[in-house]
Amino acid sequence: MTDSKPGAPAVPDPEADAGAPTCPVTGQGGDPAIERPPVTDWRTDWDHLDPRWRDDPFPIWDELRTGPIARTERFEGAWLPTRYEDVKAIAYDTEHFTSRRIVLRHKKYEDPPLPAPPITSDPPEHKAHKRVLLPFFSPQEVGKLEPMARRICNELIDDFIADGRCDAAQHYARHIPVRIIAYMLGVPVRDSDRFIRWIHEILEVGIVDDEIGKNATKAMRDYFRHHIALRKEGRTEADPDGPEPDLIRVMMDGSLNGVPFEENHVLGTLNLLMIAGIDTTWSAIGASIMHLGRHPEDRTRLVAEPALMPTAVEELLRAYSPVTMAREVKKDVELGGCPMKKGEMVLLSFPAANRDPEMFPDANRVVLDRQENRHGAFGLGIHRCVGSNLARMEMQVAIEEWLKRIPDYRVVGDVTWSDGTVRGPRTLPVAFG
Amino acid sequence: MKVRVDPERCEGHSRCHALAPELFALDDIGNATAIGDGRVPPGLEEKARLAVANCPEYAVEILEDAG
Repeated sequence: MTDSKPGAPAVPDPEADAGAPTCPVTGQGGDPAIERPPVTDWRTDWDHLDPRWRDDPFPIWDELRTGPIARTERFEGAWLPTRYEDVKAIAYDTEHFTSRRIVLRHKKYEDPPLPAPPITSDPPEHKAHKRVLLPFFSPQEVGKLEPMARRICNELIDDFIADGRCDAAQHYARHIPVRIIAYMLGVPVRDSDRFIRWIHEILEVGIVDDEIGKNATKAMRDYFRHHIALRKEGRTEADPDGPEPDLIRVMMDGSLNGVPFEENHVLGTLNLLMIAGIDTTWSAIGASIMHLGRHPEDRTRLVAEPALMPTAVEELLRAYSPVTMAREVKKDVELGGCPMKKGEMVLLSFPAANRDPEMFPDANRVVLDRQENRHGAFGLGIHRCVGSNLARMEMQVAIEEWLKRIPDYRVVGDVTWSDGTVRGPRTLPVAFG
Repeated sequence: MKVRVDPERCEGHSRCHALAPELFALDDIGNATAIGDGRVPPGLEEKARLAVANCPEYAVEILEDAG
């Protein structure tokens, strides 16, 4: 950061978004799945943006797991492993697979891609890029945020409980992780709707519409530039009771071997923390509430046996893993008889791996007290999610507080799902009372 | 019975610590180590087995004959 030019960049106008729709998350306008040719053969022409994948990917993965690693010529040529062992082998193989592109897009629009350390970092730099963040996401540290998480959940429930119904994705799950990551980063919670819209534009619309994705990435980087500039002037818009240091400050002050992180690194990591800290856990909370709404036997059991909650959270993470990553082939390699060529992409579906019956008996059934559960919902190998302890805490608190106040409810309408990289309910109508 | 965490395999999922905090400690970056010499006190054998069965990296192991 020492080489940045003096003078604050243009200040993002908080009012500029006032007229925009809060969040185009239900598929209207810019739904990338609409204009795509339908898939007729998943083994040779798979497409994770196909509406059938979006709405119910599990039968597709079950079918693909019986054959070789699937292939598509879409996305400029890509592979899709669905067996746990194959997904794990690729996640571990940093010699042949690079993380520099971790979202599978319609085409590779940047070369080299913008870094978002540590998720886009490879060895040997990866370790140091991750280490700077890890102390702030340990179970002990995220435990300090638990009272705030409980308060947020209860405030949200206060707003709709008298109505006897709500959209549990839009009115509940969506708001929990964003408020906590805003607090940790040191940015105002009132900007939450903007964050959510940028993420939608980057991870969903941006997969097929380069301009929208690029613009959202740029807007987010400008946003953090602004908040860094404020701090350089001794100012901040962070919550006055917020953590010291906040994550923006941590990254501003970060260095490797005595050399301060470059601006590109700092902004990339901050963008990552926001993107990864919102959509993912929102999805996991929503899917959990959906499952418990549709499975009264599981719901009543959790209400009766609260000590089961941590084990149940792991099982819900396994069965409804939200996050699919990607890798780029760095060196030609053969895996399971498939020749993977340098430059091709691999969709790394941890959700599919977590439904592999070879690894998880009765894989398509949620077994709340599953005793052996080595799921890879947070990734496997060096890229284990930095925020996994935070996500677990948020999920557990969100489900606990919901069940305390709404122990009996049901899903009463169509559930719609997000597209692409992070899968979760985006509308989840439920009724209670 | 003793437990051991392979530091080369541990990626900080912290599942062992969550399941058996009596047996596993976390360092400042969230990676796990066995507490003390790893000896499992009587009554905690099942927790030790759960820790092994829930490590996504196969980093936790039980040494049965450790005395």
